[in-house]
Amino acid sequence: MQPPQLEWQVAKVTAIRPETPQTKSFTLALPRWMAHQPGQHYDVRLTAPDGYRTERSYSVASEPERAGEIDLTVERIADGEVSSYLHDVLMTGDQLEVRGPVGGYFVWDIALGGPLMLIGGGSGVVPLMAMLRHRAARRSTIPARLLYSSRTQDDVIYKSELEAMARSDRELGIAYTFTRQAPSGWIGYHRRIDSAMLEEVMRPLGADIRTYVCGPTLLVEAVASTLVRMGLPAERIRTERFGPTGN
Amino acid sequence: MISRGFLGRRRPAEVEKRLPPGQYLVTDFPVLSAGPTPHTPLDRWSFTLEGLVKSPMSWTWEEFRRLPSQTFTVDISCVTKWTKLDTTWIAVSVDTLLKAVQLDPSARYVMAFSDGGYTTNIPLAEMVNGQAFVAYQFGDKDLAPEHGGPARLVVPHLYFWKSAKWVRGLRFMDRDQPGFWESLGYNMHGDPWKEERYSGD
Repeated sequence: MQPPQLEWQVAKVTAIRPETPQTKSFTLALPRWMAHQPGQHYDVRLTAPDGYRTERSYSVASEPERAGEIDLTVERIADGEVSSYLHDVLMTGDQLEVRGPVGGYFVWDIALGGPLMLIGGGSGVVPLMAMLRHRAARRSTIPARLLYSSRTQDDVIYKSELEAMARSDRELGIAYTFTRQAPSGWIGYHRRIDSAMLEEVMRPLGADIRTYVCGPTLLVEAVASTLVRMGLPAERIRTERFGPTGN
Repeated sequence: MISRGFLGRRRPAEVEKRLPPGQYLVTDFPVLSAGPTPHTPLDRWSFTLEGLVKSPMSWTWEEFRRLPSQTFTVDISCVTKWTKLDTTWIAVSVDTLLKAVQLDPSARYVMAFSDGGYTTNIPLAEMVNGQAFVAYQFGDKDLAPEHGGPARLVVPHLYFWKSAKWVRGLRFMDRDQPGFWESLGYNMHGDPWKEERYSGD
């Protein structure tokens, strides 16, 4: 039996919010909304007046409990054909053609259980945020940790929301690491993610954990290999590459 | 629907006509995988043809490297929207491998299988006559582990998830069956020119 086609739909941009100097979140109202699994993405399609078209995929940042709309958080990529349009041209009230949700492996919901270990680099935090927002919306007490690597404090996406989440939730812990400039007086991690850092952050979760790693290739490759060396079964390590492709 | 204010960034016509619908050009080589990169030592590596064959065939790494190889220059398109032109591989053609076995006449589909448990399905008719190869060099270098080394399948006319990284063999089947991504919402066939990205496309 042929499965139904995932059709393009015309979303309406209802809000645009800058998150960091390089990232913005776009709220899209969908005429044919359906609940996504946290971690899934949507395809975005742009069409020029002469019919020229191009597409990109962006992770959903919002939780599926928010019916009727989704948030996509998009990082501006230097010279990016679509990200620069979304950042510089698209306005509230505009229409945007999308189809989704797509992707069935890099997904987590509370039914899958935990403990949950999320490791993100840069805008790789976006699909992980959908998982955390879903977990919070359902008032889940599944123990969870987020280890989030950014270049500087200004590059931390969802900073105040993450801090509020961690303050109000005893089962959630968030650790930041800065790979370039750390804030003054910072006593936390100030280096790339390594095995000592992973062990410290993961220790309270015990051995039987689910890990999701999303970020630039080098981070994902290094973290996933370290997790394997630490004895985690490969099928408990789900990875997704995210962000500009970069040489 | 016309996207207000979008003009787009066209490439020269000779490049544009090589980009399947919805794809954009990259010059680097993005890495995508669902889990950790496996590292199988070469002395424990083998490549196997099994399933609907008269008797299965298996090569060690040394034996595989002694098989006649060819240079292939092909364009590749990933379902995540990037296309890379003129990639050059040193590889053993699937035609060469098939000379070592006698296929059962009922064999119609292939399941490629890999270290780490990855699988992907391809029609047999789209694996023969120079359409698919098992590559161990990319450009002039050994294929890097994150790109599928020591060896990966390359089926350039289908989306790149069909080009199984860390490939360890081909299983011949009489009926089509979904592999890893095909069980998770991606298309059973995956032709970029027909934009067969997801189930139902």
